[in-house]
Amino acid sequence: MTDLATSKRTAAPRIGEDTPRPDGVPKVAGTFAFSSDLHHDRMLWGGTLRSPHPSARIRSVDISAAVAVTGVHAVLTNEDVPGSLTYGLEHRDQPVLAADVVRYEGEPVAIVAADNPEALRMAIDAIAVDYEPLDPLVDPDLAERADPIHPDGNLVRRINLIHGDQDVSGEVQVEGTYEVGMQDQAFLGPESGMAVPAEDGGIDLYVATQWLHSDRDQVADCLGLDPARVRLTLSGVGGAFGAREDLSLHVHLCMLALHTRRPVKMVYSREESFHGHVHRHPARMWFRHHADRDGTIVRVESRLVLDGGAYASSSGAVIANATCFAAGPYRVPSAHIDGAVVRTNNPPCGAMRGFGAVQTCYAHEAQMDRLADALGMDPVELRLHNALAPGDELLTGQTITGTAPVAEVIRTCADHPSGASMAVDPMELPGGAGRTADPEHVVRGEAFALGFKNLLFSEGFDDFSEASCHLADGVATITSACAEVGQGFVTLAQQITCEVLGVDDVVLLPASTDGIGSAGSTSASRQTWMSGGAIQEACGQVRVQLLERLAAEHGVDADDLVVADGRVVSMAGGLEIDLVEATAEPIEASVVFRHAPTLPLDENGQGDAHVSFAFSAHRAIVDVDVELGLVKVVELTTSQDVGRVLNPLQTIGQLEGGAAQGVGLAVMEEVLVEGGRIRNASFTDYLVPTALDMPPVEIAALIEQAEPGAPFGAKGIGEPPSISSTAAVAAAIRNATGLDLPRVPVRPTDIVFPEGAA
Amino acid sequence: MTIATSLEDACAALAAEPGSLVLAGGTDLMVEVNRGSRSVEDVVALNRIPELAGWHLTGDELRLGAGVTFAEICDPEIAALVPALAQAARTVGSPQIRNAATIGGNIATASPAGDSIPVLAALDAVLELRSAEASREVPVTEFITGVKATCLMPGELIEAVRVPVLDGPQEFCKVGPRNAMVISVASLALLVDRSARRIRVGLGSVSPMPLRATQAEDHVSGHLDWDNGVPPRLEVVREFAELVASSASPIDDHRGSAAYRRHAVRVLAQRSLTRVLNRVSSS
Repeated sequence: MTDLATSKRTAAPRIGEDTPRPDGVPKVAGTFAFSSDLHHDRMLWGGTLRSPHPSARIRSVDISAAVAVTGVHAVLTNEDVPGSLTYGLEHRDQPVLAADVVRYEGEPVAIVAADNPEALRMAIDAIAVDYEPLDPLVDPDLAERADPIHPDGNLVRRINLIHGDQDVSGEVQVEGTYEVGMQDQAFLGPESGMAVPAEDGGIDLYVATQWLHSDRDQVADCLGLDPARVRLTLSGVGGAFGAREDLSLHVHLCMLALHTRRPVKMVYSREESFHGHVHRHPARMWFRHHADRDGTIVRVESRLVLDGGAYASSSGAVIANATCFAAGPYRVPSAHIDGAVVRTNNPPCGAMRGFGAVQTCYAHEAQMDRLADALGMDPVELRLHNALAPGDELLTGQTITGTAPVAEVIRTCADHPSGASMAVDPMELPGGAGRTADPEHVVRGEAFALGFKNLLFSEGFDDFSEASCHLADGVATITSACAEVGQGFVTLAQQITCEVLGVDDVVLLPASTDGIGSAGSTSASRQTWMSGGAIQEACGQVRVQLLERLAAEHGVDADDLVVADGRVVSMAGGLEIDLVEATAEPIEASVVFRHAPTLPLDENGQGDAHVSFAFSAHRAIVDVDVELGLVKVVELTTSQDVGRVLNPLQTIGQLEGGAAQGVGLAVMEEVLVEGGRIRNASFTDYLVPTALDMPPVEIAALIEQAEPGAPFGAKGIGEPPSISSTAAVAAAIRNATGLDLPRVPVRPTDIVFPEGAA
Repeated sequence: MTIATSLEDACAALAAEPGSLVLAGGTDLMVEVNRGSRSVEDVVALNRIPELAGWHLTGDELRLGAGVTFAEICDPEIAALVPALAQAARTVGSPQIRNAATIGGNIATASPAGDSIPVLAALDAVLELRSAEASREVPVTEFITGVKATCLMPGELIEAVRVPVLDGPQEFCKVGPRNAMVISVASLALLVDRSARRIRVGLGSVSPMPLRATQAEDHVSGHLDWDNGVPPRLEVVREFAELVASSASPIDDHRGSAAYRRHAVRVLAQRSLTRVLNRVSSS
């Protein structure tokens, strides 16, 4: 019995133990069911006709030829949208289907359902749209002066942050202009899902997404249905990184299914996917840093322009982050940050891992190196000298009340010994498999970068997560609508439940809008804290109920009872009850978890707008073939403020994966947009790092200081790795080449022709 | 769909439907099919034809069946005979792509960025073409007539590629903005042909058709000390690289600028010549 119990405990890991993902092996073996694998015997195939123009008036749409294609069941346009004609995360400014104008290349114009993909393709080709192409607005710097391309105007949001005494200036000043290209989330599983019409006139939508309830509300609105009749269930998600926070095919699928009374499945092609979701905002940034001779920063000035593309998406929150964290995790007593996000006819931009902090981190860290250079100071020392600490004020005037082990993050990362030797094999040098370099062609560079961002939703947003725990026959069943998109919630939900209840059997029900309230978005590094917190509380309440019931039954004090190893025992001895027996009569608790409230920013960008902050540092070592402009990132070392490690295995995975996306942005990842058109909508030409591009990630330290209010003190860890990594790699290339490199990704021509010869 | 199991079958199927798509590894074709830019009517699949598989050596000549995959070309036995071809094969896509993609397919696709093309051009490779009625031989440099254009007639397919086994070191280098699995922005094959006392140079991704840097070859071949292996003056190496660069006719596109491509082949020319000369002088 004891042996069995022991082995069961091993299978039900607690907080702090390595917990492998249940979906890990199936994903590697190809047996995991992604949303693109959904199948129904009676299903139709859905597809989308998209605008070939970044800006055009639609004179007419003629669907007659498409309807006549054999096997076609529905061809729907803007006129067929049953409810609200628009949707959106913050502002409902994006048409479900374009009406009289299209505002970006790839904007959906019509949708089709057909018996098979071939008929679908023929019907889509047969739709005749008469466009009057217009000159697209593609330069974000011109957007505010240009004619509005949308009734809501071309300025999505401006934050004019004014902090401290505006008349100070520093003895030493450094100035720079920086640019970040458009990064894509590059998830592997394209947008896909299936809608099944229900007998009650409602709809069941199976879809890969990040936030079921927000989707549900927007879909119901567009369908003109009561939200109760729109049920969303999470399907196998093949990565998200922010790109699934907005609706894509959701309303289209439901419209087609309701119209045909048949299940309809839709899967975007890779090319379509690049047009079908938001990207990371391209940024143009100017900075001036002021410091005293001893390196103390006295003031930071900055102007930020983010290109939001055609629709608002989450741009308003992205520019808030970019602005609030523009100066980095440093004490800055005086600041003026003018942050604007504008509308253009470029592809819409929205959420992506790091959410506004990635762009400014690249710029403020370049500025810090420039400042160190101007002062003749060691760049790490300069950062330590100005590092934020608990009790310090942010640019927003908010005082940090939680943990902020910035100095520890800096020191541990900077002091970590490097294991990087010089490669001899051309395969390991810049150019890799192309065998272009020999060791004598290579220059090594090293640099350090620090970054931070907020955790959870900010600016007064009512951010909550609901979860319930049902304990019966020793089995805890957890219900939460938290979207598992690869971040690892499935293991954490199990670990938290086991830890709190002392059970070994946990069932996590599929995430859906049915039977539970919103868990909020899987974004902003928030689910471990929010849905983890909800589960912790729900399980805690169940535990209390259980112990009180047993105490009453057995006439003992509830405080004397503990749950451990699948049994309830009294510390005083004499009582030992098997948990299965003790829970023959079920116990249930449901919780809505909220973090401490935040406030909106005032007209000067001041206010206690954020909940908590996480900090990370990266040190990058790169080899650069200066003559060919090719780069090999040799080593990345990182330290991160994590609050507490809940699942070490997964923590490492997040730090490695986030750094890989950061390396990608530093040296290769960019959606190339010319005249509003995407030039590289494929994984042939949108390059992400391979095993030869991504170095080992050395984890110097995981700084564990329990964060007040967070479950087990754990901070979200998903975003920081992608914030400081890009800045560190870019700085290391600067260090190797001596070039300014004011733009990422750093392209070969930026190194070979730094004056812009070609 | 014809899944041919012999060369005769395949030729007969192609004769019956001369407009058929020819499917080998499918790594180029399926991308176009999936994108919808190529409609699929009749397909003749070649991957089960034994005559197209395998390779053999006759004297100083290597004959590769058109169905030989890039994974097979990476094999040390082939690498020992045509090192540059093996090096080029290693730069093709991912392991999965190299397992499927064939040398015949790479030639027939006739992309300016085809990784095997500069090596085959430098080797003066000869293609054996076959149809139901006839067979003929065409040098690879004449076979490819433009960007993704060949002289392949309807009903005809590539049966094999013949290349000489040369005496001397070989180099293939390829530039792309990623360290693996990347489409060539510029590439160069440089082969030493001791018996002909000639350096052979083929360029990739810098012209619409396979390109030999003939002037550069003439220049450097004439300046090398073939008898004693005394390294040439640095000036000769530089002039050679300059001539290679000027022989290129690259274009600007989203993968790279013409100026960068020209610059890159200049650098590759200098480096690869230096590499082979180092090896000659050290041996």
